Amino acid sequence: MTQLPRTLRMLLPVALGIAVLLLWEALVAAYQVPRFVLPPPSAIWAALIADFPSLMASLWTTLRITLLAFALAVASGVALAVLFSQSRIVEMALYPYAVILQVTPIVAIAPLIVIWVGFARINLALLILAWIVAFFPILSGTILGLRSADHNLIDLFRLHGASNWQILTRLRLPSALPFLLNGMKTSGGLALIGTVVAEYGAGSGTATGLAWRIVEAGNRLQIARMFAALFLLAALGVAIFFALAVLEYWVLRKWHESALQREI
Amino acid sequence: MTIIASLQGVERSFSNAIKALGPIDLAIRQSEFLSLLGPSGCGKSTTLRIVAELLAPSAGTLQWPQGKPRIGFVFQDPTLMPWAVVRDNVRLPLDLAGVPRREADRSAETALARVGLTGFSQAYPRALSGGMRMRVSIARALAAKPQLLLMDEPFAALDEISRDALNEDLLKLWREDGLTIVFVTHSVYESTFLSTRIVTMTPRPGRVANEIHLASPLDRTSGWRMSPEFAEAARAVSLGLRRATEVAA
Repeated sequence: MTQLPRTLRMLLPVALGIAVLLLWEALVAAYQVPRFVLPPPSAIWAALIADFPSLMASLWTTLRITLLAFALAVASGVALAVLFSQSRIVEMALYPYAVILQVTPIVAIAPLIVIWVGFARINLALLILAWIVAFFPILSGTILGLRSADHNLIDLFRLHGASNWQILTRLRLPSALPFLLNGMKTSGGLALIGTVVAEYGAGSGTATGLAWRIVEAGNRLQIARMFAALFLLAALGVAIFFALAVLEYWVLRKWHESALQREI
Repeated sequence: MTIIASLQGVERSFSNAIKALGPIDLAIRQSEFLSLLGPSGCGKSTTLRIVAELLAPSAGTLQWPQGKPRIGFVFQDPTLMPWAVVRDNVRLPLDLAGVPRREADRSAETALARVGLTGFSQAYPRALSGGMRMRVSIARALAAKPQLLLMDEPFAALDEISRDALNEDLLKLWREDGLTIVFVTHSVYESTFLSTRIVTMTPRPGRVANEIHLASPLDRTSGWRMSPEFAEAARAVSLGLRRATEVAA
């Protein structure tokens, strides 16, 4: 692949986006497409500006639950993976259930969780659902990472009288870091998806996140508003992924193959 | 000479009960440079790991007549922690032994200087060549001031130029510290160049085939490698190795 200059690489997708938007605007006007089917980008922009305060409030609700679920997923995923690495029995007993939790579609669990937690505490229900979705990539990534520690290094640690705790903190956890960070990139996106799906699942007007704004706008045929909320949701997803990719690069930049640029 | 480690009737079997090693009897003597020479899969590495007590023998005993010495181990791969800079890698055995940071840093720097890596203490392993990484690995083993240094084909993956240079430097360190070294290799020339004694091993199950004492000059340099005496010694070792493999076949 030929190397494009950095500015060109950044400009290319932006230029394409602008071209598509202009074409969209022109086609919608030329064919006189009704606004409740496909609004032009200018109408979406207008809706975004007009509803900015309420959309931002919803964005904040969704973001808060997503971040909280993600943080919980990272903490619990790493803790459980460490527990598994220390006790084979605990792992054998619990891992199948973690898998069951992972493979059961979240949409199917959502109504149950919502009923159990109650509509009065709908945000807690959303948090639990988003956590369930975001949790597994952290667990499986960290388990794999903890196991991938160099066996000769483990021997060397043992030879020099290292305790299990020293092997865990000085060897297994650093070895697991690239796997954990990669799991986090997947998990961050899943936390958002989990939150959105849970908002849909909750259904009623008690949920006030972006997904609910989309449902609400759809019901009222406010398609431009729907697009505006969708745009914010996509932007949020991209921002989360980008932030985690930067974190990954920043942590691994000095030593891991994945973050190193070849000079020759 | 004083015996510091003694293996008696040591065996090691795989989990499927097939015997990989032994029974072997082997005495390691103070300040010798002992090479275990044999074809791949003859249990040389297994023997070394048993001596390091990383592996328990299935039968037989390992004894330390003079008490258990401090042991350093060098693997075939440099086995460095990629996330730690060179100095932190070298300091590892000292950190694990609870040596205070400043003192450990000083020892690490000294060990790095001895393997010719002054100025590289803040580099990450990724930035070093294969030969340099192996030097870091040796510095790490030296930092803990071992009495017995166990080396498992440490230079097998290196190019010949780096390997020859490291051989000469290793001999210098061995002489200066009065180390006892047990060195596993499958190279006749390397073992001839380095050793005071070579034990050849038979393949599957690994057993001691024969023992060759070398009366090499103490100061072995690249000149010695070119000498007719070296060629003669290498021939004898090669013959010993051939006989070891024939015994098995």
